[in-house]
Amino acid sequence: MILLAIHILILLGLIVSAGLAVYFKDLLSAAIALAAFSLLLSIEFYLLQAPDVAIAEAGIGAGLTTAIFIIAIRGTKRFEENE
Amino acid sequence: MKMTKIVRSTADIFYPFCLIFGFYVVAHGHLTPGGGFQGGAVIATGAALLIVARAYEDISQRIRKNALKLCESIGLFMFLAAGLSGLFLGHPFFANWLAQAGSIFGQPVAWGPNPGDLNTAGLLPLMNIAVGIEVLGGLSIILLYMISGVKEKE
Repeated sequence: MILLAIHILILLGLIVSAGLAVYFKDLLSAAIALAAFSLLLSIEFYLLQAPDVAIAEAGIGAGLTTAIFIIAIRGTKRFEENE
Repeated sequence: MKMTKIVRSTADIFYPFCLIFGFYVVAHGHLTPGGGFQGGAVIATGAALLIVARAYEDISQRIRKNALKLCESIGLFMFLAAGLSGLFLGHPFFANWLAQAGSIFGQPVAWGPNPGDLNTAGLLPLMNIAVGIEVLGGLSIILLYMISGVKEKE
């Protein structure tokens, strides 16, 4: 019962963080929201008893991809422009 | 976009812990979840902390491209040597001839539920270490080449 509640909370957090990544106009905030999405996804993998995938997801998704996004933002502009 | 002092100090404090955890995952690859690729990715995350927090001119003295290229080559060479060593000793390719041989990583595995012994599994820890060195070099050098092309503007 507790496990089901944790699953539902994490899945809701996944939807919210994915929505925030689309919603933000500040690209740095959007990258951080994607990192939070990856972290929640790795917790979900751990709860589904795949700790190997969870470590890979936390290292690649939350760490390296965010670093690559931040480097790309440093090379361009931080804020998205309205058409 | 220049990073503030808070980001730089946090990266400086946190990156040794990232590296230690990554080396732990690599060294215990045959006992616990994770292995060479996962541990190498965690180590590269520690290097990514340093790389993201600073400009390329500051970071190029601490992390060198040639050292990372050397890491990549050494990892590949170690993995191939571990595979070919079976052939030279009269076993099939990738044969685990070190397991239970009594030398390094050669202790016999205990029977029944046990916490696990680091000194077992033969050739597998050596291959994990090789893959870890390879992945940390490869993933770090991607980030280093990306930041070397960024023009910093205030």
